[in-house]
Amino acid sequence: MAISYQLKRADFIFKNENDWEDVLSKSIKRTPSELINELISSELKGRGGAGFPTGLKWKLTAEVPNVTKYVICNADEGEPGTFKDREILSMVPFKVLTAMAICGHVIGAKEGYIYLRGEYFFLQPELKKAIKEFEYYCKEIKLDFTIRIFMGSGAYICGEETALFESMEGKRGEPRNKPPFPSDSGYMGKPTVINNVETLAHTYTIFKYGAKRFYDLGVQYSRGSKLFSVSGDSPKPGIYELELGMSLTDFIEEFGDGDTKAVQVGGASGFLVPRKRFAETAIGFQGKLVGISLPTGGSMMLFNSSRSMFNVLDNYLEFFREESCGQCTPCRVGCQQLLKGIKAVKRGEKNARYLDKLLRLTETMKLTAKCGLGQSVANSFSSIVENFREEMIY
Amino acid sequence: MTKKIKISINGIFVEVEEGTTILDAARKAGVIIPTLCYHKDLCIAGNCRVCVVEVAGQKRLAAACATPCEEEMEIYTNSLNVLHSRKQIIELLLSEHNADCTSCFKNGNCELQKLASDYKILKQDFIRLVPFKNYSIDKYSPSIIKDDSKCIRCQRCVRTCAELQGINALTVAYKGDQMKITTFFEKPINDVVCSTCGQCINHCPTGALVEKNYIEKVWDAITDKSKHVIVQTAPAVRIGLGEELGFPVGERVTGKMVAALKRLGFDAVMDTDFTADLTIMEEGTELLQRLKGVLVDHNPEVKLPMATSCSPGWIKYIEHIFPDFLNHLSTCKSPQQMFGALAKTYYAKARNLAPENIVSVSIMPCTAKKFEAARPEMHDSGYRDVDYVLTTRELAIMIKQAGIDFMKLEDAHFDRLMGESTGAAVIFGATGGVMEAALRTVYELVTGREVPFKNLDITPVRGMEGVREATIKIENPLEEWAFLDGIELKCAVAHGLVNAKKVMDSIRTGQSDYHFVEIMACPGGCLGGGGQPIPTSLEIRRKRAEAIYAEDAGMPLRKSHQNPEIIKIYTDFLGQPMSEKSHHLLHTHYTARERF
Amino acid sequence: MYPVSELIRNLADEHGRNRHNLLPILQGVVEQEKYLSEYSMIEIARELDLPASEVYGTATFYSFLENKKMGKYIIRVCKTITCSMKGKNQILLAIEDMLKIDLGETTPDGTFSLLQTNCLGFCHKAPAMLVNNEVYTDLTPEKVRDILSSYLRKQKEGGSHGN
Repeated sequence: MAISYQLKRADFIFKNENDWEDVLSKSIKRTPSELINELISSELKGRGGAGFPTGLKWKLTAEVPNVTKYVICNADEGEPGTFKDREILSMVPFKVLTAMAICGHVIGAKEGYIYLRGEYFFLQPELKKAIKEFEYYCKEIKLDFTIRIFMGSGAYICGEETALFESMEGKRGEPRNKPPFPSDSGYMGKPTVINNVETLAHTYTIFKYGAKRFYDLGVQYSRGSKLFSVSGDSPKPGIYELELGMSLTDFIEEFGDGDTKAVQVGGASGFLVPRKRFAETAIGFQGKLVGISLPTGGSMMLFNSSRSMFNVLDNYLEFFREESCGQCTPCRVGCQQLLKGIKAVKRGEKNARYLDKLLRLTETMKLTAKCGLGQSVANSFSSIVENFREEMIY
Repeated sequence: MTKKIKISINGIFVEVEEGTTILDAARKAGVIIPTLCYHKDLCIAGNCRVCVVEVAGQKRLAAACATPCEEEMEIYTNSLNVLHSRKQIIELLLSEHNADCTSCFKNGNCELQKLASDYKILKQDFIRLVPFKNYSIDKYSPSIIKDDSKCIRCQRCVRTCAELQGINALTVAYKGDQMKITTFFEKPINDVVCSTCGQCINHCPTGALVEKNYIEKVWDAITDKSKHVIVQTAPAVRIGLGEELGFPVGERVTGKMVAALKRLGFDAVMDTDFTADLTIMEEGTELLQRLKGVLVDHNPEVKLPMATSCSPGWIKYIEHIFPDFLNHLSTCKSPQQMFGALAKTYYAKARNLAPENIVSVSIMPCTAKKFEAARPEMHDSGYRDVDYVLTTRELAIMIKQAGIDFMKLEDAHFDRLMGESTGAAVIFGATGGVMEAALRTVYELVTGREVPFKNLDITPVRGMEGVREATIKIENPLEEWAFLDGIELKCAVAHGLVNAKKVMDSIRTGQSDYHFVEIMACPGGCLGGGGQPIPTSLEIRRKRAEAIYAEDAGMPLRKSHQNPEIIKIYTDFLGQPMSEKSHHLLHTHYTARERF
Repeated sequence: MYPVSELIRNLADEHGRNRHNLLPILQGVVEQEKYLSEYSMIEIARELDLPASEVYGTATFYSFLENKKMGKYIIRVCKTITCSMKGKNQILLAIEDMLKIDLGETTPDGTFSLLQTNCLGFCHKAPAMLVNNEVYTDLTPEKVRDILSSYLRKQKEGGSHGN
């Protein structure tokens, strides 16, 4: 099938012209506010899944006067179905390091950290080599910026920004209360910019080519390109950089195996879109275009007609039940109730109407959970139960 | 000057300081938001999510205890979303909780129960989670029972043990559905550095942490005709007991307490305050002996500062954490244990009773006293000195069980022989009290004059600050104490083990040069002890302290050495302070323990 | 291979003795010993002047910091949805068959431990597993048997295979 008009490939992230030294030295000659404005006009939004405007984040942190600050690269990629950050760090690490140093220059930070998940331990040797080379160059151009790697140890929740800070401070990775936000009080209580690996890679592109090149891709509210990690029932699983704003129909045309029943957009914390909704769903950050627009970390898992959606939901709930930090009631108890609940309905121990009670529960979790994990369980739960109700019962 | 901002809560406009939490602001507007993990004594957690409220313009509900107010915030505490969410959260908590209320020690005084009752959770559809986990009840400690099946994971106990007491016996372990509150390697609480102070019990909202109760055993003893049961009551009980039985906080119910105990059937009702006076005599003398040992004899074996030893939580703490300082502790037993030792010797002889038929019970504001009574070395009378220790709460339960209308009781008096006490004894219940009582006696012993403070109220050692210092200059002492002339007696008072650590650290580094240090394990001193009525807060502790000092001011005798029964026991039985008999019955030794 | 207390002291010298150095030290001990014993946690608490319960509470939070004795090679098979769809159960069966242990167990000779873990980030090459820090993807029962055999061979030869 030919690539439809809407599904545009881009090639910014992995194209490596080995010019990072040039980009770095040029960027630090520009003023922080110039760089911030560049980011803001590009309308780059966080690529880890939350979608917070990057320019604004850097601006807020830069505005805090006269205090130690930190730049942290969130490489705790744990969302099921996401594997793009690993690829970025192994193929083009210098882009990320450069972006971190430029961020340091913008906000006034001298120390950068990469929080690398424990499962990616094998990336360490190469990454350490890259950092060594990078720091050597920084010394040459008299840029005071050091980068260290901090290893995680197997906790999905540490991908949440405040949980990450807690982990780096040697404590349990339990998310904090917000406010205060990381731009005011982050790692060690100091203003911190924490960005996803891919976000930083995009800022590199923007600083190299200027905001317009980035802005021209994508659609309104969803500018630029994004890396998508495609897996599941697909003949071509892998990582693809595509412009935002595409419709799911086109996506499935390209990546489906001809029998796609549903696609999970955004991993276990994302939404399951059934085939009948492909045409009206676009991938982006704000829905003004067509039907729903789904923010995402880029994980796309395709399911064909042989798959049981009950099994899928069961797997997600097991995941959340284990990986929740356990602090707050709605998430800790809620995840357990949801998992046991769907099993009970399937076994016939509970009436099918119990599913509605569980849906109501996910609404509560969305409103009251302390962090994104608890708040997003509702996404996959409601999208699966509402679209595949019969598979939950029979 | 903190900026003032205007916000609205349920349509009521309030002006508050910037940064005030929604919870506090609501209270100002007369709106009460229910909470569970929030406690005034502790840092903010924001994890139970019971206090969620709706803020206009925000799509998620905010936790009232953790969210600061901002200018022109519109808050709704009873919107449909809030009510539904709150009910669901309570229902979730109940599904994870062993809600067997009728067999629970905290039945009637449980915060979760109250929430369920207020919100009328009449239909509980969620799957009961408790049968799926294998919970065990830790009953090995003589003081505390930990029942994981009732834990709602609010983490109040962990924060208490960490912030208020600085011991960290409890911690949060694992994550997800396995997350639980436990100890190092999930050992029984008796096998870790727990000081048995019971502050965790005071702060636990449910029945997950309760004291080991000996009510049935005491009933058995009382109803056994062959046993002579005597009871002693601690100073802090008489200002705390009322709270459990209908009186407001800080009501002095001494007379009623004695009357109730008599009605319960105790054969003799006597006063720990008596042995508190005795402790002062012994400890004061010991202090003077130590001062002589250091200042005159320059004996390296004698250590200063001397630290008080009447708080068993403090004793267990120092045994674990500062075992190299054990010889700084006064060798005096606590008033409870002194009483216990005398009950089966001095009292038994005076009343012509066989000591093996005496059952010695004490009413304490403390859970560590249960541990203390069970310490292996506490049998100097030839029998277990104190058989059973009841907390203030347990006594209230017994009074209710016996059908006594506490409020209508006429005041009664303690029995003779070990029931007389002075104002100096009753202030033992407050932090700084032991120090004040000791100074009143020691100063007079040394100089022949009363302490140079108006009305004998040594105010520098009073109050609720963590660490307080006082200096008393000794001038023109009696000839016997000439070596103390010109000496400035430096004293320090600390309450709460976190402050104890501060004092001990400063002693270890040589930063301070105290002579005498009073340390109480519990915030506020005994009046805030692990066995006192729940709930507790700084305000409540202040009120109780006021009551104690009022009781002291109202007593005819204010100095320990004036107590006629004390004079009698020395003449008839002990000889003089620090005599051989005193040493045998009233002094003890300590055991070094592991830090981890 | 140093005895544990010396290892901990070296780690503390290398990383520092503050609270925020706790995690690298815990990781360092697990790297060598494969798990954190009661003794190691107490030594770490002593070295960093922390309460033992804090060390325990922090360590148990992280799935990779085991506190039960583990084998020399810890196998972690991914069980998240894509690997699950692509045959993780067959892989588990193959391993259980070959090593004669169940999930969560260690072989009697202490060579292998078998655990499950969550998404490893190789969904496009599912099923995947970790053996200590090495990743193996596109697994089939045969491939798994080969991989484990190579570990057994290295073990017999007395060498250290990867880490």
